[in-house]
Amino acid sequence: MVSTSPAFDPDLPYRRSPSVALRPEPFGALVYHFGTRALSFLKTPELVEVVRDLDRYPCARAAVEAAGLAPERRPAYLRALAGLLANGTIEPTRSDTARNDADTEERA
Amino acid sequence: MKLTEHFQHGLNSPICLTWELTYACNLACVHCLSSSGRRDPRELSTGECKTVVDELRRMQVFYVNIGGGEPTVRDDFWELLDYAIAHDVGVKFSTNGIRLDPARARRLAATDYVDVQISLDGATAKINDAVRGPGSYDTALRALANLADAGFARPKISVVMTRHNVNQLDEFKAIAERYRAQLRITRLRPSGRGADVWDELHPLPEQQRQMYDWLVAHGDDVLTGDSFFHLSAYGSALPGLNLCGAGRVVCLIDPVGDVYACPFAIHQDFLAGNVRSPGGFEHVWRNSELFASLRRPQTGGACRSCGHYDSCQGGCMAAKFFTGLPLDGPDPECVRGFGERALSARPTDVLIPRSRVDHGRPAAPASRTGRRAPVPVSLTAPPPSRPRPACDENPLVGLTPR
Repeated sequence: MVSTSPAFDPDLPYRRSPSVALRPEPFGALVYHFGTRALSFLKTPELVEVVRDLDRYPCARAAVEAAGLAPERRPAYLRALAGLLANGTIEPTRSDTARNDADTEERA
Repeated sequence: MKLTEHFQHGLNSPICLTWELTYACNLACVHCLSSSGRRDPRELSTGECKTVVDELRRMQVFYVNIGGGEPTVRDDFWELLDYAIAHDVGVKFSTNGIRLDPARARRLAATDYVDVQISLDGATAKINDAVRGPGSYDTALRALANLADAGFARPKISVVMTRHNVNQLDEFKAIAERYRAQLRITRLRPSGRGADVWDELHPLPEQQRQMYDWLVAHGDDVLTGDSFFHLSAYGSALPGLNLCGAGRVVCLIDPVGDVYACPFAIHQDFLAGNVRSPGGFEHVWRNSELFASLRRPQTGGACRSCGHYDSCQGGCMAAKFFTGLPLDGPDPECVRGFGERALSARPTDVLIPRSRVDHGRPAAPASRTGRRAPVPVSLTAPPPSRPRPACDENPLVGLTPR
């Protein structure tokens, strides 16, 4: 459950939550969150692409720009991402930990 | 295109899949929409059920609503539950609570990704047991107490609304709060044995208004299975999809693997195929002629000129079908009264469809546990007697009541 998520910042990196599955549908995709058991919908194929590939870009803004959207449509997609952050579909990628996960030993 | 329009054209996989695992049931509720009672000898085996789970996983059906009959009387129920959960197919199962003893409640509390829904059709034993049979109220409340004691988070209490329990809505809410449960109310359908009692039990017109007002006031925390969308014509739409999802986003797999358009439509006319056929469930969902026809734009028929058609969409297909009304006309409980008028205008010789699927037990003999099966009192004519088939085994054999 996402209760204390920070505000969305389009200049920070995000990724699809590992608890979330995307099911392709004619309108876009159905989103299922295995943690909250909530269903939601990505209502355009472009938004599906943005969410799916979010972690390949240094920031959310770059992911939206790469999706081939006309510039006037981009603000709506950034707003959509803010909503998806709030409902737990996407989450911040903490680049420091993400990069070092593989070779950092956990010490209690 | 709006999202709901996409839904009406059908999805790659269902959103809301009901899977009834057995027709066996320890109860004989007068309104049972699947006319359950006896196990069917053709029911899917454990292996076949697991194959269905594998398929649901491939189709990304993220959760199923498991019911029956009473699903927990299947010997392999807990095995199938664990198997589904382990394969990313979450489960909400509906039960009358008969198997939810303290040990089982503790195990469920320790299991992620499972929801439990206890059926209760009266906030008092008198109202509940008249519909669900003697002792069923106590069974349900004992199960809820066991779940609460075990720390199971938020089970559901599922209530079918009748004219006898509409006045108990606040009491149902109080029961839900007492057991840290969530209330779910659904519509009585004239399906299965429900056809026999619908005339006497379905809420009266003024009670429909009462339900609507209550839902508007309390709906945020009350689930409805989207079953009251026909009430949307009273005013603002209730939360939920507000469309008939049959064959579009919803379907039913019955205990023998037959796939129907919705859980309330167990009838030959709504049979789309069987999961045992080549191609399995996926082939049925994506290729059945019936589902294709349901996914084509609907005409709205006689309702099309009504100003409320956009909100109620003509109501529930099953409710019309099993009351002998045309599918493109008003719902029998149309809040504008067109349904009542249509019902009284039915020709006296109207052929009201009945399902050939009936696993109800003949008038109850004493069971081996010494308790008599519930006998509905004065609500319905006794079912026709029939020879006892070989599969007529008591689903409670081996169970010690506690």
